[in-house]
Amino acid sequence: MELLLVIMIAILYASGIFMLLRRSMVRLLMGIILIGNGANLLIFLLGGITPGKPPVIAETKSVFTEAYADPVPQALILTAIVISFGIQSFAIVLLRQVYRLLESDDLDDLNTPLEEDI
Amino acid sequence: MILTIFSGLILALFCVPFGRQINKKLSNFLFLIPLSGFIYFLLQLPLILAGQTKTVRYEWVPTFGINLDFYLDGLSLLFSLLITGIGTLIFLYAAAYLKGKQYLSRFYGYLGLFMTAMLGLVSSNNIILLFVFWELTSISSFFLIGFDNENEEAQKSALTALTITGGGGLLLLGGVILMSNIAETYSIKAMVFSAEELKNHSWYGFILLSIFAGAFTKSAQFPFHFWLPNAMKAPTPVSAYLHSATMVKAGIYLLARFTPILGNTSLWNYSLMFVGGITMLYAAFHSLFRVDMKGILAYSTISALGILVFLLGIGTKDAYIAASVFILVHALYKATLFLVTGTVDYATGTRDIRALAGLRKVLLPVAIAGIIAALSSAGVPLFYGFIGKDLIYEATTHSFSLDSTFLTVAAILTNIFIGYSGLLVGIKPFTGKLSEEHSTVRLPGWKLWLPPFILAFCCIIFGCFPGRTSGLMSYVASAIAGKHFNLDLKLWHGVNTVFLLSMITLTGTAFIYFSRRVTNRELIILSTFNKLAPAYLVKKVTDGLLAFAKKFTNTMHNGYLRNYTMTIVLFMVGILSFKLLNGTPLTIDWYHLSPVSFYEVTVAILMLGAIFLSAITKSRLTALVALSVVGYAICILYVMYGAPDLAMTQFAIDTLTVVLFVLVLFKLPPFLNFTNTKIKLRDGLISSAFGGIIGWIALTVLNESVNKEVSPYYAENVYKLAKGKNVVNVILVDFRGFDTMFEIIVLAMASIGVYSLLKVKVKKSERE
Repeated sequence: MELLLVIMIAILYASGIFMLLRRSMVRLLMGIILIGNGANLLIFLLGGITPGKPPVIAETKSVFTEAYADPVPQALILTAIVISFGIQSFAIVLLRQVYRLLESDDLDDLNTPLEEDI
Repeated sequence: MILTIFSGLILALFCVPFGRQINKKLSNFLFLIPLSGFIYFLLQLPLILAGQTKTVRYEWVPTFGINLDFYLDGLSLLFSLLITGIGTLIFLYAAAYLKGKQYLSRFYGYLGLFMTAMLGLVSSNNIILLFVFWELTSISSFFLIGFDNENEEAQKSALTALTITGGGGLLLLGGVILMSNIAETYSIKAMVFSAEELKNHSWYGFILLSIFAGAFTKSAQFPFHFWLPNAMKAPTPVSAYLHSATMVKAGIYLLARFTPILGNTSLWNYSLMFVGGITMLYAAFHSLFRVDMKGILAYSTISALGILVFLLGIGTKDAYIAASVFILVHALYKATLFLVTGTVDYATGTRDIRALAGLRKVLLPVAIAGIIAALSSAGVPLFYGFIGKDLIYEATTHSFSLDSTFLTVAAILTNIFIGYSGLLVGIKPFTGKLSEEHSTVRLPGWKLWLPPFILAFCCIIFGCFPGRTSGLMSYVASAIAGKHFNLDLKLWHGVNTVFLLSMITLTGTAFIYFSRRVTNRELIILSTFNKLAPAYLVKKVTDGLLAFAKKFTNTMHNGYLRNYTMTIVLFMVGILSFKLLNGTPLTIDWYHLSPVSFYEVTVAILMLGAIFLSAITKSRLTALVALSVVGYAICILYVMYGAPDLAMTQFAIDTLTVVLFVLVLFKLPPFLNFTNTKIKLRDGLISSAFGGIIGWIALTVLNESVNKEVSPYYAENVYKLAKGKNVVNVILVDFRGFDTMFEIIVLAMASIGVYSLLKVKVKKSERE
């Protein structure tokens, strides 16, 4: 399964970078989201994967008696997901504002023209 | 003492709120600040003459051994007296000279800062502190030289001065740090005890190089001399202050201060003699071809600085005495001449020596000052310059090293030229027939002629009674030599070799002065040699550098985000693959991999399909839906591998993102296809390479054995300490509760941002 995950992560990153290299701002944002997902999965994978054993202590016990999934990467990823949502939502609204101002989705329209060109 | 040193700084701060008052009337009273400093240092004179020194210590950064550690001995006191004494006159003079200028308060601020920097420089005992003040003089002099800030020439020359002295300062820092590392102390006084160790150290040559670089750039030695004539664009009081007594002497001070520590090796002596000798002859010769009064003075100043370096290089007792006295001699007559020049310029509006004559009839007090200073610079008996020159010849004729005749001839030539330029500036404008044009010139207010007059008066007083200064001078020379000796300066030595040499110099000076007239033809011929001058070469180099920087920036910083991303990604791919290829070869431990189930493969295929779709689709809505599918697929993966909390969060966030996107999306124009297939192919290759690298890294890390200490700790204590059973939740809200709180704050800020951005209405006028 690890191999499959590695392939998925690689493809998430690759497609993220590909989107980053586009001129459209929406695509750029999508690229960021994809890379974020890839990074989360990467942390998840490297923490070691354990199928079907959430790190929750059973009702009747007070300590773990059997194997459990590593909780630390999960806590980290949870934070990462939430923070990236903050960034995404802000970027999305910013995008809307830019479009209102420039009526364009093209990154190049944001450039200030060089002095020599004027 | 600290208060005295920092008085200038306080003045500079004071100039900010009270600038308006300074611009009006207050500037007339500011001279009281350096005056009080002067009086303070004068009161220290008996202490020094009694053979004692004064130390003041105040902790600044004790952990680094950097303290406000001040030390006053003969050398420091001489410089301090010059700085405050001439400073007083300059403050007074400038109040009249720059009256009505828009930025007068700023000028005084810079001047005060500069005074503090110089005082601190000459009295610091901590070598780092010395460096701090050293840089401060460079910076404040930059502002002073460029005071006429709308004049392009002034801007340029200020920048040149800063570049040269700043560059030297940088090297000096290196030398200073090396020295303190070897001597294991920052205290200059304590370094004297490590002198032998420093001199025998294998880095000694490099230390010397750095110290020399600092001193030579500051003191305008060949080939760094050219910033000084350029700096004549500064207002004349600034030139008088910077180039007679202070700024340029800082390099001399540095060399003198370090002589007991680093000096008296053949490397030290010969390099100083060589550089000083070239400088003094080169500059003295150059002064023959100048017609601007300040230009002449600039070159004769460089020449005088050359003499000082040269004397320090000779390194005998006589030479140290000569250097000590010459510092005072030069400061007195050169400041006078500069101030005279300033007054003449102020009254007549020109500094061209060929246009000025007979001004004694209208500017009598100035003329007297000028003539006295000129005679002092030429070394006429009864003037202080005579004593100075005598001592120089004493030093050259009694030197052990090299051929003393050779040294003496060089000194005589230099002195003749210096004397000539002194006479040219101090006497020429006042003698002869007054031109029609200048007949209406009126004597300006007392502030413009009294300061040079006072200085000129000093030249005579010290010249007639040289014994009065011998006490201080002996301590100055002792500080340079590092051991004490007594000294008695006399007016009359009787007729001996030195006296004869003096007479030869005087005759030579008089001969050149009366026979020489600068012609235009010479000026033209001379200008053809400009291409060989260091100034020209430096300009070429700077221009080339600027052009290169511009080209480089335009290539690298081309304004396209995707190009930056591409550069970064390519660089990372390159460097990471290099590292990975040279590392351990990749092996996959098939045995330890967990099995793959049908469900997982289904999820993976779903996700890959969605990613592919989102990358290639032309419809934005499709891309969005595909993106959410990717998110949900990851969600399912989390569920499968025991992370229900992650799955829930991912699900919620993904849904929210899609909702937000859709809200914004229906306002946007359709996707535009900007790029052609070729570029897409290239980007595809780059991104695949990057993805491959990430996968590779992931596989490499998977092979490493993991040492888990944190997770078991949480797992064991989650119920014991925090009474919770869901480990992830307890980590977030309890063990790392603060992190979560800040995370909430970040989210709150983001939501405020989102809300306010949604509320902002774009005005019609702001569109384009």
